[in-house]
Amino acid sequence: MTDSRCDSGSCERVAAQPLAIPRPAVEPWIAGAVDTVVGKVPVVKTSLKARDYVGSMKVRWNVRRMDYRVPPGLYAVGDPSAESPVLVSANYKLSFDRLRGAVEGRSAWLLVLDTKGVNVWCAAGKGTFGTDELVARVNSCLLERLVSHRKLVVPQLGAPGVSAPEVHRRCGFRVEYGPVRASDLPAFLDAGMKATPDMRRVRFGLWDRLVVAPVELTIGAKKAALIAASLVLLGGLGPNGYSMEGVRAVGLPSAALVLVSFVLASVLGPALLPWIPGRAFALKGAVLGVVVFACLATCGAPLGAGWLPALAWGLSIPAISSFVVMNFTGASTFTSQSGVLREMRVAVPLQIAAAALGAACWLAGLFVAGSHP
Amino acid sequence: MRYLEEAVTLGFDATRCNGCGLCVRVCPHAVFAMVEKRAVLADRGACIECGACAKNCEPSAISVRAGVGCAAGLLGSVLSRTEPTKASCGCSGESSGCC
Repeated sequence: MTDSRCDSGSCERVAAQPLAIPRPAVEPWIAGAVDTVVGKVPVVKTSLKARDYVGSMKVRWNVRRMDYRVPPGLYAVGDPSAESPVLVSANYKLSFDRLRGAVEGRSAWLLVLDTKGVNVWCAAGKGTFGTDELVARVNSCLLERLVSHRKLVVPQLGAPGVSAPEVHRRCGFRVEYGPVRASDLPAFLDAGMKATPDMRRVRFGLWDRLVVAPVELTIGAKKAALIAASLVLLGGLGPNGYSMEGVRAVGLPSAALVLVSFVLASVLGPALLPWIPGRAFALKGAVLGVVVFACLATCGAPLGAGWLPALAWGLSIPAISSFVVMNFTGASTFTSQSGVLREMRVAVPLQIAAAALGAACWLAGLFVAGSHP
Repeated sequence: MRYLEEAVTLGFDATRCNGCGLCVRVCPHAVFAMVEKRAVLADRGACIECGACAKNCEPSAISVRAGVGCAAGLLGSVLSRTEPTKASCGCSGESSGCC
Protein backbone atom coordinates (compact mmCIF):
# COMPACT_ATOMS: atom_id res chain seq x y z
CA MET A 1 0.00 0.00 0.00
CA THR A 2 1.50 3.32 -0.94
CA ASP A 3 1.14 6.51 1.00
CA SER A 4 1.25 9.52 -1.27
CA ARG A 5 2.23 12.92 0.02
CA CYS A 6 0.50 15.49 -2.09
CA ASP A 7 0.89 18.53 0.12
CA SER A 8 3.43 20.20 -2.09
CA GLY A 9 1.67 19.54 -5.33
CA SER A 10 4.17 16.97 -6.43
CA CYS A 11 3.85 13.60 -4.90
CA GLU A 12 6.59 11.48 -3.62
CA ARG A 13 5.04 8.07 -3.39
CA VAL A 14 6.41 6.29 -0.41
CA ALA A 15 5.66 2.72 0.36
CA ALA A 16 4.37 2.40 3.91
CA GLN A 17 7.36 1.49 5.98
CA PRO A 18 8.08 0.94 9.62
CA LEU A 19 8.42 4.26 11.41
CA ALA A 20 12.08 5.20 11.60
CA ILE A 21 11.76 6.67 15.05
CA PRO A 22 14.66 5.50 17.16
CA ARG A 23 14.11 3.45 20.22
CA PRO A 24 17.60 3.53 21.60
CA ALA A 25 18.59 1.37 24.46
CA VAL A 26 18.70 3.16 27.77
CA GLU A 27 20.98 6.12 27.13
CA PRO A 28 22.04 8.64 29.74
CA TRP A 29 21.00 11.50 27.46
CA ILE A 30 17.40 10.29 27.13
CA ALA A 31 14.96 11.81 29.59
CA GLY A 32 11.93 9.77 28.66
CA ALA A 33 9.46 9.49 25.82
CA VAL A 34 6.44 11.40 24.63
CA ASP A 35 3.39 10.01 22.85
CA THR A 36 2.73 11.69 19.55
CA VAL A 37 0.51 11.19 16.52
CA VAL A 38 3.40 9.37 14.89
CA GLY A 39 4.24 7.21 17.85
CA LYS A 40 6.46 7.34 20.89
CA VAL A 41 9.30 9.84 20.44
CA PRO A 42 12.32 9.87 22.78
CA VAL A 43 12.80 13.05 24.76
CA VAL A 44 16.41 14.10 25.18
CA LYS A 45 18.05 16.00 27.97
CA THR A 46 19.36 19.46 27.18
CA SER A 47 21.96 19.71 29.88
CA LEU A 48 25.27 18.12 28.98
CA LYS A 49 26.98 15.99 31.58
CA ALA A 50 30.59 15.18 32.36
CA ARG A 51 30.26 12.04 30.29
CA ASP A 52 29.31 14.11 27.24
CA TYR A 53 32.26 16.48 27.73
CA VAL A 54 34.64 13.57 28.19
CA GLY A 55 33.23 12.04 25.02
CA SER A 56 33.82 15.30 23.15
CA MET A 57 37.42 15.47 24.34
CA LYS A 58 38.07 11.89 23.31
CA VAL A 59 36.92 12.40 19.75
CA ARG A 60 38.95 15.59 19.53
CA TRP A 61 41.92 13.32 20.26
CA ASN A 62 40.77 10.85 17.65
CA VAL A 63 39.69 8.17 20.12
CA ARG A 64 36.97 6.20 18.29
CA ARG A 65 36.04 9.34 16.43
CA MET A 66 34.22 7.35 13.74
CA ASP A 67 32.11 5.53 16.28
CA TYR A 68 30.59 8.40 18.23
CA ARG A 69 27.03 8.53 17.05
CA VAL A 70 23.38 8.50 18.00
CA PRO A 71 20.61 6.60 16.21
CA PRO A 72 19.15 8.77 13.45
CA GLY A 73 15.48 9.75 13.51
CA LEU A 74 13.10 11.90 15.49
CA TYR A 75 13.69 13.20 19.01
CA ALA A 76 11.91 15.71 21.25
CA VAL A 77 13.27 18.43 23.45
CA GLY A 78 11.18 20.03 26.17
CA ASP A 79 7.43 19.70 25.54
CA PRO A 80 6.99 20.22 21.80
CA SER A 81 3.69 20.64 20.02
CA ALA A 82 2.62 20.67 16.41
CA GLU A 83 3.82 24.28 16.20
CA SER A 84 7.30 23.64 17.58
CA PRO A 85 10.25 24.07 15.23
CA VAL A 86 11.98 21.13 13.61
CA LEU A 87 15.77 21.35 14.01
CA VAL A 88 17.85 19.12 11.77
CA SER A 89 21.23 17.67 12.71
CA ALA A 90 23.73 14.94 11.90
CA ASN A 91 24.01 11.77 13.97
CA TYR A 92 27.57 12.53 15.07
CA LYS A 93 27.11 12.77 18.83
CA LEU A 94 29.19 15.93 19.09
CA SER A 95 26.86 17.69 16.63
CA PHE A 96 23.84 16.28 18.42
CA ASP A 97 25.13 17.37 21.84
CA ARG A 98 25.81 20.89 20.56
CA LEU A 99 22.27 21.09 19.28
CA ARG A 100 20.46 19.78 22.34
CA GLY A 101 22.65 21.84 24.64
CA ALA A 102 21.72 24.96 22.70
CA VAL A 103 17.98 24.55 23.11
CA GLU A 104 17.86 24.25 26.87
CA GLY A 105 14.57 25.51 28.18
CA ARG A 106 12.90 25.31 24.77
CA SER A 107 10.60 22.88 23.02
CA ALA A 108 11.48 21.53 19.63
CA TRP A 109 11.64 18.45 17.46
CA LEU A 110 15.10 17.22 16.51
CA LEU A 111 15.40 15.47 13.19
CA VAL A 112 18.67 13.57 13.16
CA LEU A 113 19.96 12.44 9.78
CA ASP A 114 22.06 9.34 9.23
CA THR A 115 25.42 10.81 8.31
CA LYS A 116 27.28 7.68 9.44
CA GLY A 117 28.47 9.46 12.55
CA VAL A 118 30.08 12.31 10.62
CA ASN A 119 29.61 15.98 11.50
CA VAL A 120 27.32 18.28 9.53
CA TRP A 121 29.87 20.12 7.38
CA CYS A 122 31.96 17.13 6.39
CA ALA A 123 28.86 15.05 5.75
CA ALA A 124 27.39 17.83 3.61
CA GLY A 125 30.56 17.86 1.54
CA LYS A 126 30.24 14.13 1.03
CA GLY A 127 26.53 14.29 0.36
CA THR A 128 25.43 12.15 3.30
CA PHE A 129 23.96 15.22 4.97
CA GLY A 130 21.99 15.82 1.84
CA THR A 131 18.72 16.32 0.07
CA ASP A 132 18.02 12.62 -0.34
CA GLU A 133 18.63 11.72 3.30
CA LEU A 134 16.71 14.75 4.53
CA VAL A 135 13.68 14.03 2.37
CA ALA A 136 13.76 10.35 3.26
CA ARG A 137 13.98 11.14 6.95
CA VAL A 138 11.13 13.69 6.77
CA ASN A 139 8.98 11.08 5.09
CA SER A 140 9.93 8.11 7.23
CA CYS A 141 9.26 10.09 10.42
CA LEU A 142 5.87 11.21 9.05
CA LEU A 143 6.81 14.76 9.91
CA GLU A 144 3.88 16.20 7.96
CA ARG A 145 1.53 14.58 10.46
CA LEU A 146 3.57 15.65 13.44
CA VAL A 147 3.84 19.39 12.80
CA SER A 148 1.35 21.90 11.44
CA HIS A 149 4.00 24.08 9.83
CA ARG A 150 6.20 23.13 6.92
CA LYS A 151 9.60 24.44 7.98
CA LEU A 152 12.87 22.66 8.61
CA VAL A 153 15.72 24.46 10.33
CA VAL A 154 18.86 23.11 8.69
CA PRO A 155 22.30 24.14 9.92
CA GLN A 156 23.88 26.51 7.40
CA LEU A 157 26.88 24.24 7.00
CA GLY A 158 24.57 21.52 5.73
CA ALA A 159 23.96 23.61 2.61
CA PRO A 160 26.74 22.08 0.49
CA GLY A 161 24.71 18.88 0.53
CA VAL A 162 21.16 20.21 0.65
CA SER A 163 19.23 21.91 -2.11
CA ALA A 164 16.47 23.90 -0.42
CA PRO A 165 14.42 24.26 -3.63
CA GLU A 166 14.62 20.51 -4.27
CA VAL A 167 13.66 19.62 -0.70
CA HIS A 168 10.58 21.78 -1.04
CA ARG A 169 9.64 20.18 -4.33
CA ARG A 170 10.02 16.67 -3.00
CA CYS A 171 8.44 16.81 0.43
CA GLY A 172 6.73 20.14 0.77
CA PHE A 173 8.90 21.43 3.59
CA ARG A 174 10.79 24.71 3.31
CA VAL A 175 14.37 24.72 4.46
CA GLU A 176 15.30 27.63 6.70
CA TYR A 177 19.06 27.72 7.01
CA GLY A 178 19.93 28.23 10.64
CA PRO A 179 23.12 29.70 12.08
CA VAL A 180 26.55 28.13 11.63
CA ARG A 181 26.92 27.60 15.35
CA ALA A 182 24.20 25.86 17.34
CA SER A 183 24.88 28.26 20.19
CA ASP A 184 23.31 31.02 18.07
CA LEU A 185 20.07 29.05 17.69
CA PRO A 186 18.21 30.70 20.58
CA ALA A 187 18.85 34.17 19.18
CA PHE A 188 18.01 32.92 15.68
CA LEU A 189 14.71 31.40 16.79
CA ASP A 190 13.77 34.39 18.91
CA ALA A 191 14.33 36.71 15.96
CA GLY A 192 11.81 34.71 13.97
CA MET A 193 14.30 32.48 12.19
CA LYS A 194 16.49 35.37 11.14
CA ALA A 195 20.27 35.22 11.27
CA THR A 196 22.64 38.12 11.67
CA PRO A 197 25.57 38.25 9.22
CA ASP A 198 27.83 37.24 12.07
CA MET A 199 25.85 34.04 12.63
CA ARG A 200 26.53 33.10 9.02
CA ARG A 201 30.33 33.52 9.13
CA VAL A 202 32.72 30.69 9.78
CA ARG A 203 35.81 31.65 11.67
CA PHE A 204 39.12 29.97 12.33
CA GLY A 205 40.49 31.65 15.41
CA LEU A 206 43.22 30.30 17.65
CA TRP A 207 40.90 28.09 19.68
CA ASP A 208 39.21 26.75 16.55
CA ARG A 209 42.60 25.85 15.12
CA LEU A 210 43.91 24.26 18.30
CA VAL A 211 40.79 22.20 18.79
CA VAL A 212 41.16 20.41 15.46
CA ALA A 213 44.93 20.00 15.65
CA PRO A 214 45.05 16.90 17.91
CA VAL A 215 43.22 14.73 15.38
CA GLU A 216 45.77 15.65 12.71
CA LEU A 217 48.55 15.00 15.20
CA THR A 218 47.30 11.52 16.06
CA ILE A 219 46.74 10.63 12.42
CA GLY A 220 50.27 11.64 11.41
CA ALA A 221 51.83 10.14 14.51
CA LYS A 222 51.77 6.65 13.04
CA LYS A 223 53.83 7.70 10.03
CA ALA A 224 56.19 9.71 12.20
CA ALA A 225 56.69 6.78 14.57
CA LEU A 226 57.46 4.50 11.65
CA ILE A 227 60.10 6.87 10.34
CA ALA A 228 61.56 7.31 13.80
CA ALA A 229 61.73 3.56 14.32
CA SER A 230 63.56 3.10 11.00
CA LEU A 231 66.11 5.71 11.99
CA VAL A 232 66.74 3.96 15.30
CA LEU A 233 67.52 0.74 13.44
CA LEU A 234 69.49 2.33 10.62
CA GLY A 235 71.55 4.33 13.09
CA GLY A 236 73.50 1.21 13.88
CA LEU A 237 75.05 1.24 10.44
CA GLY A 238 78.58 2.57 10.18
CA PRO A 239 81.87 2.17 8.40
CA ASN A 240 82.62 -0.87 10.58
CA GLY A 241 79.31 -2.66 10.04
CA TYR A 242 76.45 -2.62 12.51
CA SER A 243 76.82 -1.57 16.13
CA MET A 244 74.47 -1.07 19.06
CA GLU A 245 76.56 1.97 19.93
CA GLY A 246 75.47 3.47 16.62
CA VAL A 247 71.85 2.72 17.42
CA ARG A 248 72.21 4.52 20.71
CA ALA A 249 74.39 7.42 19.67
CA VAL A 250 72.91 8.10 16.25
CA GLY A 251 69.65 6.25 15.82
CA LEU A 252 67.95 7.43 18.99
CA PRO A 253 68.81 11.13 18.69
CA SER A 254 67.76 11.11 15.04
CA ALA A 255 64.46 9.47 15.90
CA ALA A 256 63.91 12.05 18.62
CA LEU A 257 64.60 14.86 16.15
CA VAL A 258 62.04 13.51 13.71
CA LEU A 259 59.41 13.15 16.42
CA VAL A 260 60.12 16.58 17.89
CA SER A 261 59.94 18.21 14.45
CA PHE A 262 56.70 16.41 13.72
CA VAL A 263 55.09 17.45 17.01
CA LEU A 264 56.29 21.05 16.74
CA ALA A 265 54.93 21.32 13.20
CA SER A 266 51.62 19.73 14.22
CA VAL A 267 51.14 22.16 17.09
CA LEU A 268 52.89 25.36 16.05
CA GLY A 269 51.64 25.18 12.47
CA PRO A 270 47.97 25.43 13.47
CA ALA A 271 48.70 27.74 16.41
CA LEU A 272 50.73 30.29 14.46
CA LEU A 273 49.00 29.86 11.09
CA PRO A 274 47.97 33.48 10.46
CA TRP A 275 51.41 34.81 11.40
CA ILE A 276 53.61 32.49 9.37
CA PRO A 277 54.47 34.05 6.01
CA GLY A 278 52.97 32.59 2.85
CA ARG A 279 49.41 31.76 1.83
CA ALA A 280 50.05 28.17 0.76
CA PHE A 281 50.05 25.92 3.79
CA ALA A 282 53.00 23.93 2.43
CA LEU A 283 55.01 27.14 2.25
CA LYS A 284 54.03 28.11 5.80
CA GLY A 285 55.14 24.66 6.89
CA ALA A 286 58.49 24.98 5.13
CA VAL A 287 59.13 28.37 6.72
CA LEU A 288 58.21 26.96 10.11
CA GLY A 289 60.49 24.00 9.49
CA VAL A 290 63.46 26.25 8.68
CA VAL A 291 62.86 28.19 11.89
CA VAL A 292 62.55 24.98 13.92
CA PHE A 293 65.78 23.68 12.40
CA ALA A 294 67.57 26.94 13.19
CA CYS A 295 66.31 26.88 16.77
CA LEU A 296 67.29 23.26 17.26
CA ALA A 297 70.73 23.94 15.82
CA THR A 298 71.39 26.92 18.07
CA CYS A 299 69.99 25.14 21.14
CA GLY A 300 72.56 22.42 20.86
CA ALA A 301 70.27 19.66 19.66
CA PRO A 302 72.09 16.47 18.65
CA LEU A 303 72.11 17.23 14.95
CA GLY A 304 75.66 16.10 14.45
CA ALA A 305 78.80 17.82 13.24
CA GLY A 306 79.77 18.95 9.80
CA TRP A 307 77.88 19.82 6.68
CA LEU A 308 76.36 16.38 5.95
CA PRO A 309 74.10 16.22 9.00
CA ALA A 310 73.40 19.95 8.68
CA LEU A 311 72.17 19.35 5.16
CA ALA A 312 70.31 16.24 6.21
CA TRP A 313 68.29 18.01 8.89
CA GLY A 314 68.21 21.35 7.12
CA LEU A 315 66.30 19.61 4.33
CA SER A 316 64.33 16.98 6.24
CA ILE A 317 62.88 19.13 8.98
CA PRO A 318 61.39 21.70 6.59
CA ALA A 319 60.16 18.84 4.39
CA ILE A 320 58.41 17.16 7.31
CA SER A 321 57.01 20.44 8.56
CA SER A 322 55.80 21.44 5.11
CA PHE A 323 54.00 18.14 4.66
CA VAL A 324 52.41 18.29 8.11
CA VAL A 325 51.11 21.83 7.73
CA MET A 326 49.94 21.11 4.17
CA ASN A 327 47.80 18.34 5.60
CA PHE A 328 46.20 20.84 7.93
CA THR A 329 44.30 22.20 4.94
CA GLY A 330 41.70 19.50 5.49
CA ALA A 331 41.02 20.72 9.00
CA SER A 332 40.91 24.37 8.03
CA THR A 333 37.83 26.37 7.09
CA PHE A 334 39.09 28.63 4.36
CA THR A 335 40.94 26.53 1.78
CA SER A 336 39.47 25.82 -1.63
CA GLN A 337 40.12 22.54 -3.39
CA SER A 338 41.48 24.34 -6.43
CA GLY A 339 43.91 26.22 -4.21
CA VAL A 340 45.03 23.08 -2.42
CA LEU A 341 45.57 21.29 -5.75
CA ARG A 342 47.62 24.21 -6.97
CA GLU A 343 49.89 24.28 -3.99
CA MET A 344 50.25 20.51 -3.90
CA ARG A 345 51.42 20.35 -7.50
CA VAL A 346 54.42 22.44 -6.54
CA ALA A 347 54.89 21.43 -2.94
CA VAL A 348 54.67 17.66 -2.99
CA PRO A 349 57.50 17.10 -5.51
CA LEU A 350 59.66 19.55 -3.56
CA GLN A 351 58.86 17.82 -0.27
CA ILE A 352 59.76 14.46 -1.76
CA ALA A 353 62.99 15.80 -3.25
CA ALA A 354 64.04 17.52 -0.02
CA ALA A 355 63.19 14.48 2.08
CA ALA A 356 65.03 12.14 -0.30
CA LEU A 357 68.12 14.32 -0.42
CA GLY A 358 67.98 14.81 3.34
CA ALA A 359 67.69 11.08 3.89
CA ALA A 360 70.58 10.44 1.50
CA CYS A 361 72.77 12.90 3.40
CA TRP A 362 71.81 11.31 6.70
CA LEU A 363 72.66 7.86 5.42
CA ALA A 364 75.92 9.07 3.92
CA GLY A 365 76.76 10.69 7.23
CA LEU A 366 76.61 7.28 8.91
CA PHE A 367 79.71 6.31 7.03
CA VAL A 368 81.65 9.51 7.46
CA ALA A 369 83.58 9.53 10.70
CA GLY A 370 82.71 12.28 13.14
CA SER A 371 79.52 13.33 11.39
CA HIS A 372 76.81 12.17 13.69
CA PRO A 373 76.80 13.05 17.40
CA MET B 1 42.96 34.65 6.65
CA ARG B 2 43.22 34.61 2.89
CA TYR B 3 44.16 31.69 0.70
CA LEU B 4 45.09 31.19 -2.98
CA GLU B 5 42.40 33.41 -4.45
CA GLU B 6 43.31 33.18 -8.12
CA ALA B 7 42.67 29.44 -8.13
CA VAL B 8 38.97 29.78 -7.29
CA THR B 9 36.63 28.35 -9.96
CA LEU B 10 33.49 30.22 -8.91
CA GLY B 11 31.36 31.63 -11.74
CA PHE B 12 28.25 33.79 -11.49
CA ASP B 13 25.83 34.73 -14.25
CA ALA B 14 23.97 37.73 -12.90
CA THR B 15 21.42 37.63 -15.73
CA ARG B 16 20.02 34.39 -14.39
CA CYS B 17 19.70 35.53 -10.79
CA ASN B 18 16.14 35.60 -9.45
CA GLY B 19 17.01 37.42 -6.22
CA CYS B 20 16.05 34.59 -3.86
CA GLY B 21 19.02 35.38 -1.62
CA LEU B 22 19.87 31.77 -0.81
CA CYS B 23 23.49 32.17 -1.92
CA VAL B 24 23.94 34.94 0.63
CA ARG B 25 22.38 32.84 3.38
CA VAL B 26 24.36 29.66 2.76
CA CYS B 27 27.83 31.08 2.17
CA PRO B 28 30.15 30.81 5.18
CA HIS B 29 32.48 33.51 3.85
CA ALA B 30 30.16 36.24 2.56
CA VAL B 31 31.19 35.76 -1.05
CA PHE B 32 27.81 37.05 -2.24
CA ALA B 33 25.78 40.05 -1.17
CA MET B 34 22.34 41.34 -2.10
CA VAL B 35 22.32 44.66 -3.89
CA GLU B 36 18.95 45.99 -5.02
CA LYS B 37 17.24 42.60 -4.83
CA ARG B 38 19.87 40.79 -6.88
CA ALA B 39 22.98 38.95 -5.82
CA VAL B 40 26.44 40.30 -6.56
CA LEU B 41 29.89 38.84 -6.02
CA ALA B 42 31.25 40.68 -3.00
CA ASP B 43 34.39 38.67 -2.27
CA ARG B 44 35.09 36.03 -4.90
CA GLY B 45 38.58 35.33 -3.53
CA ALA B 46 37.18 34.13 -0.21
CA CYS B 47 35.33 31.26 -1.88
CA ILE B 48 36.21 27.81 -0.55
CA GLU B 49 34.31 25.96 -3.31
CA CYS B 50 32.04 24.16 -0.86
CA GLY B 51 29.31 24.30 -3.49
CA ALA B 52 26.49 25.37 -1.17
CA CYS B 53 25.57 28.37 -3.31
CA ALA B 54 25.46 26.47 -6.60
CA LYS B 55 23.52 23.65 -4.96
CA ASN B 56 20.82 26.01 -3.76
CA CYS B 57 20.63 28.23 -6.83
CA GLU B 58 17.49 27.21 -8.66
CA PRO B 59 18.07 29.23 -11.86
CA SER B 60 21.62 27.79 -12.03
CA ALA B 61 23.24 31.20 -12.02
CA ILE B 62 26.21 29.88 -10.10
CA SER B 63 28.88 27.44 -11.22
CA VAL B 64 31.77 26.10 -9.21
CA ARG B 65 33.99 23.06 -9.20
CA ALA B 66 33.00 22.02 -5.71
CA GLY B 67 35.21 19.81 -3.62
CA VAL B 68 36.85 19.51 -0.24
CA GLY B 69 40.03 21.55 0.25
CA CYS B 70 41.87 18.73 1.96
CA ALA B 71 45.43 17.85 0.92
CA ALA B 72 45.27 14.42 2.53
CA GLY B 73 42.07 13.56 0.71
CA LEU B 74 43.51 14.75 -2.59
CA LEU B 75 46.66 12.71 -2.06
CA GLY B 76 44.41 9.73 -1.46
CA SER B 77 42.48 10.37 -4.65
CA VAL B 78 45.69 10.71 -6.69
CA LEU B 79 47.05 7.49 -5.26
CA SER B 80 43.81 5.64 -5.92
CA ARG B 81 43.35 7.34 -9.31
CA THR B 82 39.95 8.85 -8.67
CA GLU B 83 38.63 12.29 -9.57
CA PRO B 84 39.65 15.10 -7.23
CA THR B 85 36.08 16.28 -6.88
CA LYS B 86 35.21 12.83 -5.69
CA ALA B 87 38.05 12.97 -3.20
CA SER B 88 36.79 12.00 0.14
CA CYS B 89 38.62 12.52 3.36
CA GLY B 90 38.02 8.89 4.07
CA CYS B 91 36.14 9.84 7.20
CA SER B 92 33.11 7.70 6.75
CA GLY B 93 31.45 5.22 8.98
CA GLU B 94 32.85 2.38 6.95
CA SER B 95 36.54 3.12 7.12
CA SER B 96 38.37 3.05 10.38
CA GLY B 97 40.73 5.92 9.92
CA CYS B 98 41.20 9.09 7.99
CA CYS B 99 43.10 9.50 4.77
